[in-house]
Amino acid sequence: MAVLRREDTSDCFVMPGKMVLPVQYFAGRAGSQFIISLRDERKILGVKCPQCKKVYVPPREYCEKDFTKLDENWVEVGNQGVVANFTVVHYNDKHLPLKAPYILALIKLDGADTPIAHIVSGIDPEKVSIGLRVEAVFADKTTNTILDIDHFAPIVD
Amino acid sequence: MGKKNRNVAIVGIGQTEYSSHKEYQNQPEMINEAVRAALKDANLTLDDIDCVVHGNMELFECVHQPDLWHVLGTGAFGKPQFRITTGGTTGATIVCAADNLVASGMYDVVMAIGFEKLQEAGSTTAGITNMADALWYRHLQTGALTSAEANLTIDEFGAERARRAAIKHRIMMDKNATINPRAHRRFGLEYEQAEDLMKTSPPLVGELRLIHMCSQSDGACVMIFAAEEKAKAISSKPVWVRDHIAVHKEEMVANNYAYERPETSHHTAARKLFARNGITDPVEYFDVFEMYDPSTWWGMDWIREFLLLEGDAHIRMVENGDLNIDGKLPLNPSGGVTSSNPIGATAMARVAEAALQLRGDAGPHQIKKEVRHGLASGFGGTMWTVLVMLEKDLDWQEVN
Ligand SMILES: [Zn+2]
Repeated sequence: MAVLRREDTSDCFVMPGKMVLPVQYFAGRAGSQFIISLRDERKILGVKCPQCKKVYVPPREYCEKDFTKLDENWVEVGNQGVVANFTVVHYNDKHLPLKAPYILALIKLDGADTPIAHIVSGIDPEKVSIGLRVEAVFADKTTNTILDIDHFAPIVD
Repeated sequence: MGKKNRNVAIVGIGQTEYSSHKEYQNQPEMINEAVRAALKDANLTLDDIDCVVHGNMELFECVHQPDLWHVLGTGAFGKPQFRITTGGTTGATIVCAADNLVASGMYDVVMAIGFEKLQEAGSTTAGITNMADALWYRHLQTGALTSAEANLTIDEFGAERARRAAIKHRIMMDKNATINPRAHRRFGLEYEQAEDLMKTSPPLVGELRLIHMCSQSDGACVMIFAAEEKAKAISSKPVWVRDHIAVHKEEMVANNYAYERPETSHHTAARKLFARNGITDPVEYFDVFEMYDPSTWWGMDWIREFLLLEGDAHIRMVENGDLNIDGKLPLNPSGGVTSSNPIGATAMARVAEAALQLRGDAGPHQIKKEVRHGLASGFGGTMWTVLVMLEKDLDWQEVN
């Protein structure tokens, strides 16, 4: 094995720095309507493209495929859906929303054509599987973000 | 029809050692080390350089427009300079830009600089996470730490075979890195450790473990490009840039927007590049492939994508040792990106390392048999690919 050469770094100072970069992102009219509905009615809304019939969740103002204007075509999708894919986060970091291990999943809600990313809780990460039926559990306190849905939980029959 | 207005060659290459202990150098000093090395390699002085192209990951060191400060080290004072930042592909995009700037006739000699000082960066993963859609996905993802390709590989080939091939692939990369004096992580792993590593390496996300993931490195890579006539005068061993292609496919990302898995940007790039250059069997044609492999799982899956293979051919190549430094098609004799990842320099280092192999100047990790045809890839962003073809001899046939 090659021997690692180490430069002498004694008396080489490292200047500490910290950048706080506050930002704000505008949800837009369609995105805001989506949040209002989550927050006030606990209903998940999508938009349906009259041209290609795709139902988009979260909503968008124009269809990304044919540029048809969509925001008049609200449809309510179910608060239930299936896990379309998932992964298990095993490491901890400041920017992550939960302590590891936790499940991040793409959830295809009933009636939607696009999946949304969210947390699945209430099941052992070893036991989660594609096709698992889950239901939205809403947050107690609103943040006016996608985290107004706290997580998705398996549906117990 | 010729693709280029005129032919372009690589005539100088300089790299720093890649490491996470560069407290002895600030950013312009680190870049300057590689600039001096490249000029020395080309036997040129700054006076010979007509234009400088500079780049790294946008804001990773929280310095806005770092090309201004870095004039202290780049030698760009009083010269035309471009800054390019295209995420992980940056280094390869800079190569494409330098190639275009010379081929067009705009400049005769162009110096390309890629750098990163991840040791100075706040948090690379948090930074990459901020690439995501700020409204609906940023709260809920893990940046470059992903298990998607691992899951797909396991679904297709079974957990046992997939995990075993992946760790063998990782150990092969470490064996190459261990003989590359510029590589960052050189563990000296042996194949006998596979079983142990599969169990003990800390898990990150899904099937991705720490051992599978790339390093966070500091370093700079510099390359000098020249037009044919000048290149022949400057260098006794010019390496010709035959062709390059860049493909971006945002719809690949996490299926957040996609309805079905589209052809990957890697496959699209390879398919188009090889077709227009008349390459029907890339495994047979190329003598070295330096691939941007941010993790072992990605890298292993992408062998199939880049080499246009089908079924389990890529897994078999790993299992049979075909990609070893003495194999049929040596992959990353440098140790690749799992060993060293100074992001803004990484994709350029792939091209530089492939070019050094063609010259026969790679050093201890030089491939033993003759290397005439090289392939190098860059990867970044939301599935972006840059693919570059290099030739030892100026003797290829143009294909329309
Ligand atoms: Zn549509």
